[in-house]
Amino acid sequence: MLGITEGSLAVAEAVRLCRPQVVAAYPITPQTHIVEALADMVANGKLDADYITVESEFSALSACLGASAAGSRTYSATTSQGLALMFEVCFNVAGMRQPIVMTIANRALGAPLSIWNDQQDSISLRDSGWLQFYAEDNQEATDLHYIAYRVAEDPSVSLPAFVCFDGFILSHTYEPVEQLNQADVDKYLPPFAPTERLDAADPISFGMYATPEYYHEFRYAHDKALKDSAAVIKKAGEEFKALFGRDYSAMVEGYLLEDAETVLVAMGSICGTTKDAIDEMRAAGKKVGLLKVRVFRPFPVGELAKALGGAQRVAVLDKNISLGSKGALALEIRDALYGSRVPVFDYIIGLGGRDVRKRDIKEIVARAERGQGDEFYGLRQEVL
Amino acid sequence: MRELRIHGRGGQGSVTAAELIAVAAFEGGVFSQAFPAFGVERRGAPVQAFVRFDDKTIRLRSQIYEPDYIIVQDSTLIKDVNVFLGVKKGGIVIVNTEKAPDYKVPEGVKLITIDATSIALKVIGLPITNTSLMGAFAAATGEIRFSALENALRHRFPKELAEKNIEAARQAFDAVKGAA
Repeated sequence: MLGITEGSLAVAEAVRLCRPQVVAAYPITPQTHIVEALADMVANGKLDADYITVESEFSALSACLGASAAGSRTYSATTSQGLALMFEVCFNVAGMRQPIVMTIANRALGAPLSIWNDQQDSISLRDSGWLQFYAEDNQEATDLHYIAYRVAEDPSVSLPAFVCFDGFILSHTYEPVEQLNQADVDKYLPPFAPTERLDAADPISFGMYATPEYYHEFRYAHDKALKDSAAVIKKAGEEFKALFGRDYSAMVEGYLLEDAETVLVAMGSICGTTKDAIDEMRAAGKKVGLLKVRVFRPFPVGELAKALGGAQRVAVLDKNISLGSKGALALEIRDALYGSRVPVFDYIIGLGGRDVRKRDIKEIVARAERGQGDEFYGLRQEVL
Repeated sequence: MRELRIHGRGGQGSVTAAELIAVAAFEGGVFSQAFPAFGVERRGAPVQAFVRFDDKTIRLRSQIYEPDYIIVQDSTLIKDVNVFLGVKKGGIVIVNTEKAPDYKVPEGVKLITIDATSIALKVIGLPITNTSLMGAFAAATGEIRFSALENALRHRFPKELAEKNIEAARQAFDAVKGAA
């Protein structure tokens, strides 16, 4: 049923419907409303889970790691400095192939301190071996949790997943969301049934030493599982569509791409504003389109190359910066398009909560048409 | 699409007002979106909250620069913040004040003043003006039905508090309707 609620509360409800058995999290702005709501649900008996209170994000994800290894469906949520504090545990969770789902309410990283949105936090964990989904709106943020658990727990994948949604811009926004009911979710998401788990009666070990004879192959197997998860994402998206109508089967999604000369590429909530700007540019006769990247890991190289190959130019909106290099999304899109003649321009935009307006998107298209790019967009020269 | 910008001070319930107006508008069958201006929450600091209304899904995520409607919860903000910035011609500005205005709204913009603080003190016993201003907004713009506002308030607050807030909203609603 379509209802109106805050993004964080919609996500918390979706998580409840996924029936996690263990939740461990440490509150941090702007993720707080999600974990407060889940703590309430556990206390009020609406969610049959253990909510483990911890003293830090490091402990939150460590508790999830142990619980997951023992065979529980496990959930956490964090952002920014909290995710940074989980850095070590993130690699361990993924390396031990534990299908934990964690919501990231995307926020900038300090210093300087910023509580506002960009995507530096999750992008900085791009090499940790987790799947990464990015939501455009709160409907997608909600639905991606079901998809994330389905894919993460698939025996052929067995990897953790981030569901990323922009902090404040989505997490604190009230808007209509269609929420599933428990019977529907149960049809889509069967109970977690790991093939290996910690069991005192039948002891095994996770995360042991891998000597130089084995480590290389462990990394290969991890990389292969993450890349091969693309097929599982497609299938999980198709089954979701068959049951509930909304289509998340593709890792990228085009908007008015067919005849587009300039194609913008973006992830997350900025896609909505971009679509509105595109409608206005189209009405003025400009052939502009958007390619939304929903899945950043595994990186959809083939889908991107296919979708962007016909463009005259590509303008990438990066809400992150690999300092000393470029935006992470643009770098990988250049790689996907290697060998084609399509120029790719990178625009670093919206860092630390800088508002992005339709006119900014139009200005970026104009700059790309003039061949200007690979820049921080919209710098306030007077404060430099 | 129509857009509302609410100016207030931290602690006056601007974000709650935005949320409840969006909830009431949604009950009336339109798509709505409410969000805060993501400030650092400090009591007394100038804050903003935003609401959009449309007959289709709202995709736009930027803040609101050219509102159709403005609510000013605290008229002392007017000398510090350009609260009327960008308001559209034909727009409506609602200011909480007990005084005659010593400021001008842009040409072609309708100014409605309401003494929401007195209503709130009398009915709720606290200078919490947001619910009165929601009632004034319903009366002045027709974007939300009063019955939908009542439902939103009953859903958000415990019974006794909800009823007091509904009464405050009703008095402001009637005052604006009566003045029209």
